[in-house]
Amino acid sequence: MSGEIDVSSHRRAVEVADQVYWIGALDPTLRVFDIILTTANGTTYNSYLVKGSEGVAVIDTVKENFADEFFSRLESAIDYSEIKVIVLNHLEPDHSGALPELMRRAPHARLYISKRATSMLKALLHASDDLEYTTVTTGDSVSLGDRSLRFLHTPFLHWPDTQCTYLEDEAILFSGDVFGCHYCDKRLFNDLVGDFRFSFDYYYAHIMRPFKKHVLEALKLIEPLQLRLIAPTHGPILRERPRRYVTHYRELSTSALARGIGSEDQSMIIFYMSSYGNTARMAEEISEGAGSVPGVRVSLFDLQGGETSPFVDLIEEADALLFGSPTINGDAVKPVWDLLSSLAVVNLKGKLGGAFGSFGWSGEAVRMIEDRMRGLKMHIPRQGLRVKLIPTEEELKDCRQFGQEIAEALVGKASDSDIVEFADLI
Amino acid sequence: MAKAKITFDDIGQTVNVPAGTRVIEVSEKVGAGIIYGCREGDCGTCMMHVVAGWNNLTQPSVLEEKVLKENMAGRHDRLACQAQILGDCRVKPA
Repeated sequence: MSGEIDVSSHRRAVEVADQVYWIGALDPTLRVFDIILTTANGTTYNSYLVKGSEGVAVIDTVKENFADEFFSRLESAIDYSEIKVIVLNHLEPDHSGALPELMRRAPHARLYISKRATSMLKALLHASDDLEYTTVTTGDSVSLGDRSLRFLHTPFLHWPDTQCTYLEDEAILFSGDVFGCHYCDKRLFNDLVGDFRFSFDYYYAHIMRPFKKHVLEALKLIEPLQLRLIAPTHGPILRERPRRYVTHYRELSTSALARGIGSEDQSMIIFYMSSYGNTARMAEEISEGAGSVPGVRVSLFDLQGGETSPFVDLIEEADALLFGSPTINGDAVKPVWDLLSSLAVVNLKGKLGGAFGSFGWSGEAVRMIEDRMRGLKMHIPRQGLRVKLIPTEEELKDCRQFGQEIAEALVGKASDSDIVEFADLI
Repeated sequence: MAKAKITFDDIGQTVNVPAGTRVIEVSEKVGAGIIYGCREGDCGTCMMHVVAGWNNLTQPSVLEEKVLKENMAGRHDRLACQAQILGDCRVKPA
């Protein structure tokens, strides 16, 4: 392959395969993307054009500010009247920004989006009543005459609307944000650009990681495909050994705990902070109680002895999370909040949660932690356990019981089904 | 005030509630597995399946119907943050 590609020096379309062109834009000065992501050398907004015997398809557009570059590249390859199909694999503004103008310029084009994208289309463009579109899902395809595009329904990678589009005859996967990264390089192709491994993994960790379950579902559709090239919407085009990025996604999305230990056990992690050893004592007893339930593997961590990042990794793979904090000045302690506010990159929905702690006179921490866990879409099978100052033998017994009951809920042991009064719950 | 029983099948818990109580008000307190997002009928996160007593919940509003449709709700699925309990019913996370 030529090493002379420099897409920053011109505004023409770049052929990536037979009659398939890159018509995207470079954004080398971007340093923060979508508030949550940093990028050391910018990003690209990749858009593609596929020519067929009976019309042209444009796949994804660019961020609105970069529309001029996109339209210049597009115009270098085709006339707007040739565009028959516009596909948006994902409606986030960095891919839909040039859509309204493109629809205006391409009067014969029809828009193809996923069903979930329709409400976003309306909310993003506001003028969508005038837009003609067709919703598609796995198994649907659209013909360009001598070649056709097939759609793969891959929701939540990383929005509800996301899909991938596959060009059958060239075995090219237009993957949207999947397999993408924020890495700007004028040489465009993965075999020519600099070392983008960090950017690729960082992008996965922040964008795809919360949706691992959905990544695994999508991989079931992607892995059987023949793949000559993967064309994502950000970062290098993956033409050299594209399959290895698919394999890498599977590795990143598979539970390290299951791979490492091969255990079928449910994992419960108990984190605690303790100022006088009372909350620590409770944690130990809760751990004892939980550990007595077969099929539950309990881990106990003092937050004072660790750092947030590895704890986030542990939390991601745990099935139940318990937090113990003393109450100081009416609040849970900072290391607990530091950890509980660092969990946006992992999916906690449906994990079991519980809170406990010793207190001196008011004991608000336990309820506050429970509320935070509910906010994180965890569910709390047992009301939190609070002990005033030093736990008595009786209270330590309650701790064991508390741990045991959450562990039993974890392995699906039915709780009592007595009818409770609503008023008693308040 | 009229009372009604709601049973959360996933945890096997029944609660006796005043008629008109929203499911959201009860499910979190007993630790049922229905998960909430926006809590105002917009996101569809709290979709639940009504196992029995479908007619003992208030009728879904036009807006709830729309959100259910957008989230590809199945037959007898409702939003737990919207549905009010009028009579005995059984629910579980969708």
